[in-house]
Amino acid sequence: MSAAAISVRDLRKSYGANEAVRGISFEIAEGEVFGLLGPNGAGKTTTVEILEGYRARDGGDVTVLGHDPARSEPDFRERIGVVLQQSQLFQNVTVREIHEMFAGYYERPRDVDQVIQLVGLAEKRDARVKTLSGGQKRRLDLGVALVGDPDLVFLDEPTTGFDPAARRAAWEMIRSLRSLGKTILLTTHYLDEAEQLADRVAVLREGRIVREGTPTELTSGTEETEIRYRRDGHEVVVRTTEPTRILNELTGAALAEGHELEGLSVRHPTLEDIYLLLTAEEAQN
Amino acid sequence: MFTFPLLLFVLLSSVYTGRYLGRPAAWAVLAGILGYGAANTGFAGLALLLVARREMGFLKRVRSTPIPRVTYLSAVLTSILLVFLLQAVAVFALGKLLKSTPLPHNAFSLLLAILLGAGAFAAMGLGITSLIRSAEGSSAAVNFILLPMAFLSGGFGPTGHYPRVLRAIGDVLPLKYFVQLVYAIYLHGHQIWSRPGSVAVVAAWGVAGGLLAIRRFRWEPVEG
Repeated sequence: MSAAAISVRDLRKSYGANEAVRGISFEIAEGEVFGLLGPNGAGKTTTVEILEGYRARDGGDVTVLGHDPARSEPDFRERIGVVLQQSQLFQNVTVREIHEMFAGYYERPRDVDQVIQLVGLAEKRDARVKTLSGGQKRRLDLGVALVGDPDLVFLDEPTTGFDPAARRAAWEMIRSLRSLGKTILLTTHYLDEAEQLADRVAVLREGRIVREGTPTELTSGTEETEIRYRRDGHEVVVRTTEPTRILNELTGAALAEGHELEGLSVRHPTLEDIYLLLTAEEAQN
Repeated sequence: MFTFPLLLFVLLSSVYTGRYLGRPAAWAVLAGILGYGAANTGFAGLALLLVARREMGFLKRVRSTPIPRVTYLSAVLTSILLVFLLQAVAVFALGKLLKSTPLPHNAFSLLLAILLGAGAFAAMGLGITSLIRSAEGSSAAVNFILLPMAFLSGGFGPTGHYPRVLRAIGDVLPLKYFVQLVYAIYLHGHQIWSRPGSVAVVAAWGVAGGLLAIRRFRWEPVEG
């Protein structure tokens, strides 16, 4: 296993009486894509902004690329790229100009044309920012974040508001970043996105990590398989840890009686089910 | 932002005729417009620009890059000063063309005064951004300060005939001292260093604005 790009131990942060982050710990390895999932107010943004160096923490140890982000040294910022959820760039300059401007802020920037190529805006190189579509603007955001050739990229809800085609294109782009060896911290509330992109996922709820692991580990953590079928027009749902035996009994009985198990489906919980389950616990508490 | 003081100069110099302080009135109008222009570009221009960039998340984004904050703000400030210098040159050119106003006799003193004034107003502009919540209301807030100040300080013409109360208010505003400084240098051939009182008041306001900026300047949009 390679060295940790991000290491967080017992991180805490309060805003007045509101404890936004209540002692979380996790590690992200170099070259890993890590997804931070959770409903609004779970502490995702606070956590990420502490790691980016925007906010001071109240307690705990944080190391990002060997630096304490709270000190926000230029050396540290040379190596990170940040895509903010809500940020606009100048509207009247061209795609190339805005990349060049940001390249000027770094010691060793990446070749601007290469970056523009990477984010798929080569054809729009000389177009003004205001003429770009929503999806193209987000790609521009990503391009500007990559212009410093960062080792670690923070992506805050990178596909919010995208149409399905644009989302897939964005996913492809994020995968290509990964193949460049970048470490990526991704926040999202789209579970399929985390499932598609992340090597590991942490689910945050009320400032705590309630589940962490690979998407597969998370879904196999719950042993119950869901079996559904219809009998006499009523839907029957069986949740079981022994799907093989239950199915055998059900199908055996149906065969013996000579009728069909209508609408039979066997489903393993998706990440979405797990997520909903975890967030539903919150509602119950 | 850039052409407005020029337009005002053309208007006011055709309204005010005759003589003021022993010189053609157009000279005084030009001096006043230089004063107003410094506040307009340095204070209002910089404040509006920075609030807009803050609200669009641009400043937050810049903060994630290695460029030191002081470097970035200094660069913005320098660009604003350059804009104002160009504006000053344009005012002189326009004055010469339309009203045969002379070019400044003490050009070096005047340049120093302009840099001092624009710099001080820019520092106040930096400071005021921390008191403005959103880009939407920023133009109203800034002009609410700028326009009365310019009026009371002699930026739009002499204030000698104003009621005492209005003059008293003008007496505490930095623009009045800056306009007086420009009058002294441009109309009467003084040097900047022979007016330490005015210089001190303008500089003190600049320092106050700068201190407020250091304590309160925000790089992130105001939430909610």
